[in-house]
Amino acid sequence: MIAEAGHFALTLALFVAIVQATLPMFGAHRGNGLWMAMDRPSAISQFLLIAFSFGCLTYSHVVSDFTVLNVVQNSHSLKPMLYKVAGVWGNHEGSLLLWVLILATFGSAVAFFGGNLPPTLRARVLGVQAMISIGFYLFMLLTSNPFERIFPAAIDGQDMNPLLQDPGLAFHPPFLYLGYVGFSMAFSFAIAALIEGRVDAAWARWVRPWTLAAWSFLTVGVALGSWWAYYELGWGGWWFWDPVENASFMPWLAGTALLHSAIVVEKRDTMKTWTIFLAILAFSMSLLGTFLVRSGVLTSVHAFATDPERGVFILILLMIVIGGSLALFAVRGPALRSTGVFKPISREGGLLLNNLVMSTGCAVVLLGTLYPLFLDAIGGAKVSVGPPFFNSVFIPLTIPMFMAMGFGPVLSWKRSDLVQASLRLKVAFIGTGVAIAAAWAFISDGPFLAIIGLALAVWLIISTLVELAERIKLFRAPLGDSLSRLVRQPRSSWGMTLAHLGMGVAIAGMAGAGGWKVESIQVMKPGEKVTVAGYEYTFKGAREGQGPNYTIIEGTFTVTRDGAEIATLKAEKREYPVRQMPTTEAAIYSLFLGDLYAVIGDADGVEGGYVTRLYFNPLVAWMWFGTLIMVLGGVISISDRRYRIGAPAKRAAKKPTAAAAKA
Amino acid sequence: MKRLMYLLPLGIFLVLAGYFAVGLTLNPRDMPSVLIDQEVPPFDLKPIRGYEKGFSSEDLKGQVTLVNVFGSWCISCLAEHPMLMEIKRRELVPIYGIDWRERDPEAGPRWLAKRGDPYTLIGDDPESKAAIAFGVTGAPETFFVDKRGFIRYKHVGPVTPENWESTLWPLVQELRKQ
Repeated sequence: MIAEAGHFALTLALFVAIVQATLPMFGAHRGNGLWMAMDRPSAISQFLLIAFSFGCLTYSHVVSDFTVLNVVQNSHSLKPMLYKVAGVWGNHEGSLLLWVLILATFGSAVAFFGGNLPPTLRARVLGVQAMISIGFYLFMLLTSNPFERIFPAAIDGQDMNPLLQDPGLAFHPPFLYLGYVGFSMAFSFAIAALIEGRVDAAWARWVRPWTLAAWSFLTVGVALGSWWAYYELGWGGWWFWDPVENASFMPWLAGTALLHSAIVVEKRDTMKTWTIFLAILAFSMSLLGTFLVRSGVLTSVHAFATDPERGVFILILLMIVIGGSLALFAVRGPALRSTGVFKPISREGGLLLNNLVMSTGCAVVLLGTLYPLFLDAIGGAKVSVGPPFFNSVFIPLTIPMFMAMGFGPVLSWKRSDLVQASLRLKVAFIGTGVAIAAAWAFISDGPFLAIIGLALAVWLIISTLVELAERIKLFRAPLGDSLSRLVRQPRSSWGMTLAHLGMGVAIAGMAGAGGWKVESIQVMKPGEKVTVAGYEYTFKGAREGQGPNYTIIEGTFTVTRDGAEIATLKAEKREYPVRQMPTTEAAIYSLFLGDLYAVIGDADGVEGGYVTRLYFNPLVAWMWFGTLIMVLGGVISISDRRYRIGAPAKRAAKKPTAAAAKA
Repeated sequence: MKRLMYLLPLGIFLVLAGYFAVGLTLNPRDMPSVLIDQEVPPFDLKPIRGYEKGFSSEDLKGQVTLVNVFGSWCISCLAEHPMLMEIKRRELVPIYGIDWRERDPEAGPRWLAKRGDPYTLIGDDPESKAAIAFGVTGAPETFFVDKRGFIRYKHVGPVTPENWESTLWPLVQELRKQ
């Protein structure tokens, strides 16, 4: 009964969406206020219906209703409660339901907070949103119904993929989807603007908070995915340029570019077509990611069970959404007029460079990801494109951008002077020089690229701080004066400063982890010692035990340095009997300068030893910490006062809390 | 000219979509891994550093052999290594090795020097040439090749004393009889 109710609500939502996609659009076209006014109630009812439907599926999973096929295939009565809930979206059908839930949530948020939008724009934005919803509702109802029953009922479930039974991954898809789907807002705004034929500062101001929200969520999502790969896959790596990882990285690159170009539209009334294009691109990349993961055109360690019929459906959806919007762009784009002009060396120029590098990076990742498909399609060899390609093409591309990132904020709008900007950044130049020299002197054995990475990190952190110091006139005005300036900085400036600082910290982490990782693989017997990067690991032995739905081998290591004990690491290898699949749970102990990382493998079966892998991963924690700072920057920027200007006082008070709650 | 620029993204997308449409009709997982009961794909691998002879498909004719895909980076290979040494010590069946995806050409030879070399011949396969031809999905994998040079069985994962006694060794004896 519950499952049928969920199915019914989903079907009803489709019809509401059809109303929302047509009436307000026609109303906006013909100036019919009543038709346009259908947008808000229908967006809110769509949300309520989908929330109910999602609740029904969650209920079925929580009570382990093994008459529902989706529960049978993805759950097990012994599974811990956290994963019964996370299992709702840990599969193809359920994750689509989460997708449309988030889409409906964003739609209702526009209905709720969009009181200050011009009625025609709002009607069109919500109309476009509803069109996207229709596509996904049809996809679910026709090919991927999560509420399908099974008769006779199963006695127990088939359990969830053990790799996914992990706290990091339980929350990874919701964040990722909040990011992906969040870009649908920017997309809808872009399409509405193309239909209206108008892009101005006010438009950019409405788009930016949604883009910022989507970007912040996506950043968390990508970082969670990477973190999961780091500790769960147990290879000591954190990014593998796997198609599914790339699928989340491409929208991030496009979204980051969009964030920056929207600033130019808002402040300088130029780069409009770029911004519209990037908004389309960011969402297109999100959809493409969905297609690549589910259609089976590419293989990946993360992919859901794939199905060509679904692939055909998503491809048609892609054709309509991406093809349609790019066609609209080709027709209406040239009519968008920009008024602002600027020289190459200027704030706009810096932001344009960011855009170019980000979109080129996005194209490179796309090419690398799809290359095996291209070759396969023309009957060539089966190949896989791995990290060597991405590392040698993508990383050099980002180097000039990180250099420019230090300059950008100190350049003035319209036209600027590079020499003067360099003089203002002299502290940063000196600091970077010292850092390079120090890196060379103390750690001479690292790869050249890692030293460059470290130098870029130092450069970015110092130049961002110098820019902040300049803005508050530190040391040039009395200290109290500077402090009050610091407090009065608009939140969007804080957002920029934090995001750039966070990026600097994260680059340091990537350079460290990429350049100076030390690993040691061996068979160890209890009592044996191995030294990795100066840390002495003693293997204390392994014991076997039982978890809720798995068995474990738990190996214990103590780590000492110069005789002083630092940590005890307990690494696990789990075996999930239902799926007959092992997982590794790496033991990680984070120090300021790096992570101690231990993995236990199989018993060698002959001599009582165990295979162990021990790593020292320098600065890895800096990556996660830097990402957190970036996200904090994004969240603070959303709460900037100017996004609330023009809104009625009551809503103005509500908006920041909503933004904070979403974060 | 300006209009053309605006059409460019659409054009690129349509080309991509065309590839996707073709891609949907193909299966990337459809690696030629279903080589069971087929002849060993032809390959000719160079020796690993410090070894004189490489390993080619021609070496597999005339007797029942195992082809073991391993790498110094591969943990489970380490786990099965003592068992492979045991097979060699007892002279049960010749094992040929494919040293797969070594980043450092010294790594494979060093690994073998430290732990012992169970292989009759070893081929170096840093670019996965033979591995792809065999349809290897991970290491270790062991292929059972009969006298005619046909692949008869693929064992995924480490060879352990248990699975050797229960299935793999009987299989070798069965193949010998044919």
